[in-house]
Amino acid sequence: MSTETAAAEKEVVKESVPKEPLFSAKNKRLLTDPLDDDNPITVQVLGICSALAITVQVQQAVVMSLSVLFVMLFGNMIIASLRNSIPSRIRIIVQLVVVAALVILVNEILKAFLPDISEKLSVFVGLIITNCIIMGRFEAFAMGNKVFPSALDGIGNAIGYAWILVAVAIVREVFGSGAISFPGVGQIKFIPASFFEMGYMNNNFMILPPMALITVGVIIWIQRSRNQKLIEEN
Amino acid sequence: MKALENLLDKIKPTFEEGGKLEKFYPVYDALETFAFVPDHTTSKGAHIRDAIDMKRTMFIVILAMVPALLFGIYNTGFQHYSALGIDAPFMDMVLFGLGKVLPLIIVSYGVGLGVEFIFCIIKGHSIQEGFLVSGMLIPLIMPMDVPLWMVAVATAFAVLIAKEVFGGTGMNILNVALTARAFLFFAYPTKMSGNKVWVNTESGSTVDGYTGETLLAQAIESGPNFADITNTAYASIGESFMASVIGFIPGSIGETSVIAILLGAAILLWTGIASWRIILMGVLGGAAMGLIFNILGPQFFPENLYLQVPWWHQLVMGGFMFGVVFMATDPVTAAQTAKGKLWYGFLIGFLAIMIRVVNPAYPEGIMMAILFMNVMAPTIDHYVVQGNINKRLKRLKTA
Repeated sequence: MSTETAAAEKEVVKESVPKEPLFSAKNKRLLTDPLDDDNPITVQVLGICSALAITVQVQQAVVMSLSVLFVMLFGNMIIASLRNSIPSRIRIIVQLVVVAALVILVNEILKAFLPDISEKLSVFVGLIITNCIIMGRFEAFAMGNKVFPSALDGIGNAIGYAWILVAVAIVREVFGSGAISFPGVGQIKFIPASFFEMGYMNNNFMILPPMALITVGVIIWIQRSRNQKLIEEN
Repeated sequence: MKALENLLDKIKPTFEEGGKLEKFYPVYDALETFAFVPDHTTSKGAHIRDAIDMKRTMFIVILAMVPALLFGIYNTGFQHYSALGIDAPFMDMVLFGLGKVLPLIIVSYGVGLGVEFIFCIIKGHSIQEGFLVSGMLIPLIMPMDVPLWMVAVATAFAVLIAKEVFGGTGMNILNVALTARAFLFFAYPTKMSGNKVWVNTESGSTVDGYTGETLLAQAIESGPNFADITNTAYASIGESFMASVIGFIPGSIGETSVIAILLGAAILLWTGIASWRIILMGVLGGAAMGLIFNILGPQFFPENLYLQVPWWHQLVMGGFMFGVVFMATDPVTAAQTAKGKLWYGFLIGFLAIMIRVVNPAYPEGIMMAILFMNVMAPTIDHYVVQGNINKRLKRLKTA
């Protein structure tokens, strides 16, 4: 019964769509919406676990964001190109296979070229597989759209995820460690040494996960007071 | 008084609508109602005729804290001079204590009310006086040597994140003063725990055998025998149970003296501001947990001496009494139903002793216990209300 209706719907969808320009307003919105109005972390509240776990240092957050960007971009493209041949009953497992393959790739690359950071990220690279944002985009967007819009959607969401991660990480590392250390750049001190002489101390609470949650909460608060669209009616 | 009233009346037009400082009306309103009974009445809704409004309630709570505060000021000086082995006159001790405690109070009120005023001006609602109590509680639960800027940061954090985010006074989920303390405890642990923070020993060498530990820290190490350890600060008083009842021991400023706290409790209970249910059940809960540890401890965990500290002693050590009397009874964050209050109080006492004894990383459990139960209070109320509905439904069906 269900397969029949699904097949019937599929035929309806197959009507010819007028060709649209590469960067139409609609496609641009795929890139820009996830940055603010439809941010995966602050509005959809997905991917919170990794936002809490790996935002102690900026370098971790950046590497994590790049990994997610890679997985999201290629995963979305692969799913979008396969979307018509994936039977809807087993689509979740197919999506899982795609994301798992990409994550293993990322993990191996990190282990080979960035062993230090890979050590710090530990299981959280592997846990990209279960990152709700990625499965959510596969299911909600890539399964129903062409390859190019799916790629844009993947990039947009990954950047929306990334900027929150990096913002939280900057706050946590500056107040928790006093300086941001980044490979290649070295340590950038934000709190001058004279402060420490006068009795300033690094805030240990910033290094603990609860503070990441509070920081994300404050970002949501600022975002909502700026962007009235996000405030619910009731 | 008359002059002040005239002055307030004179400057009123500047703050009213159309006036020059219209934006700052909340500040003016706060000052006016702080000093005088306002002349305006409720325009709609329920009319409650009672002499006591929120400002007067808060004043009574502050009044109840005065014994603990005064004792804390004296004890700060007493600990300082006895640790250094100096025989100082009474006034010296009081003056030393004032020098330590007054800046804390000023910073706590200044920062907290500042944040509150800014928020009220931005949001345009009238300033509420909830912070009057929190601002007094914060210094009382700090070690006396905590740096002032830390108090300022913690107070700002607590008022912002624990209160204003949820909608201001009366809407907060967590106790504001305890949030400030928890923030400091996790953010700057070296200034909030250990042996060095409770007594000021600058400007001189300490007497022999002096450690500066609190009773709680000693109980972790040596269990019920801790009374034998020489700690000159209260060795003269002899038995440490009486020492913690009277309060000449190292600790946070306001929490050492059980007698001073019980005086405050009497004021709160007599005026009906604090719930007797919470205080009573809190003490019972602590006693119950202590008793369980006393009975089971020697059998199952003979190596953990803390379990063997007598239950009546657990109740007077550390901040337990202070928390149960002044923090747990906060009407905003506590459970609202009568039955819920019994459970809420009992679990606070129960958990406080459990955390204190089982987890040596948190030598004092009352802070965690109250914050945890603050979060749980709505759940308790939900089940109490639901239970009542079910009971009545059953009665309806059988009838």
